[in-house]
Amino acid sequence: MIWEVFRQEREGQPFQHGGSLEAPNLVFAEAYAREFYGRRGESFALWIVPRESVEEVREPYVADVFDRDYRRVDGYSLKVKLKEARELAAKNASR
Amino acid sequence: MTLSVSTILRLADDELVLGWRNSEWTGIAPFLEEDVAFSSIAQTEIGHARAWYELAAKELGTDADSLAFDREPDEYQCAPLVEMRMADDWGRTIARHWLYETADRIRIQVLLNSIDREVAGLAEKVDREETYHRMHAEMWAERLRDERAFREAVDELWPYALGVLPGEQRSLLCEAVERDECEAIERGGHTEDLRPLWEEMTVVRRSVPGASW
Repeated sequence: MIWEVFRQEREGQPFQHGGSLEAPNLVFAEAYAREFYGRRGESFALWIVPRESVEEVREPYVADVFDRDYRRVDGYSLKVKLKEARELAAKNASR
Repeated sequence: MTLSVSTILRLADDELVLGWRNSEWTGIAPFLEEDVAFSSIAQTEIGHARAWYELAAKELGTDADSLAFDREPDEYQCAPLVEMRMADDWGRTIARHWLYETADRIRIQVLLNSIDREVAGLAEKVDREETYHRMHAEMWAERLRDERAFREAVDELWPYALGVLPGEQRSLLCEAVERDECEAIERGGHTEDLRPLWEEMTVVRRSVPGASW
């Protein structure tokens, strides 16, 4: 049985996928996960999840047929706007 | 030091020889995850041996390496339990591992209360790592509990396991594994498996006597 292991490097940080391991049950999975991801103090906490409990979604994008660039921020040039805003701020400050 | 040097040497020799035996599974354990875990346990046993040897070496005016490698086989004080070669029988290996770790916990508990602060401090450090060994041993013992080969191995090794502990600590082991006390196979004598292990373990060291590595 394959288990996916997620590790949290420091308290409060998000859990990130660390790797997977094979073990016959949760007790073994925990022991091996401690050995592989905890021995050197490199993890604050672990999540151990049976691979079959992970739902994989393929091609996760929603339909993107029409041109809707305006929904994305990369269509805007911030450079010009930023420059104008800085100039305005400088002018207001010197006033 | 209040703890006798020979008590420390018994501990150290047990850990060195068992660490050596367990390391024989490296590369051939039943599956990859177990290979890594069991090899790592073998390494920590040898690390514990070194720490105890260093303590004894201070008393004896020598160093850890020469205690580990420069003595004759007959001078080792390890229990017969740890000497046996079992690298072809996983059930038997686990039976020994489980019995040894259970016994080891009992003597470490006693050392934790030692009035010698150095001994108690070292016992505390060792115990922190042994917690993982026990977790590992327990999970395997639980899994193999109903296998005939495993039960037979525990029966066979039980008198050896009693011999790991001094007489006054044996009733605790009986309680821990729920077995009756029987005649122990005592420390002092050695099995015929010790000499080949010793020859292999010391071959490099003996090849250039007195060299500084």
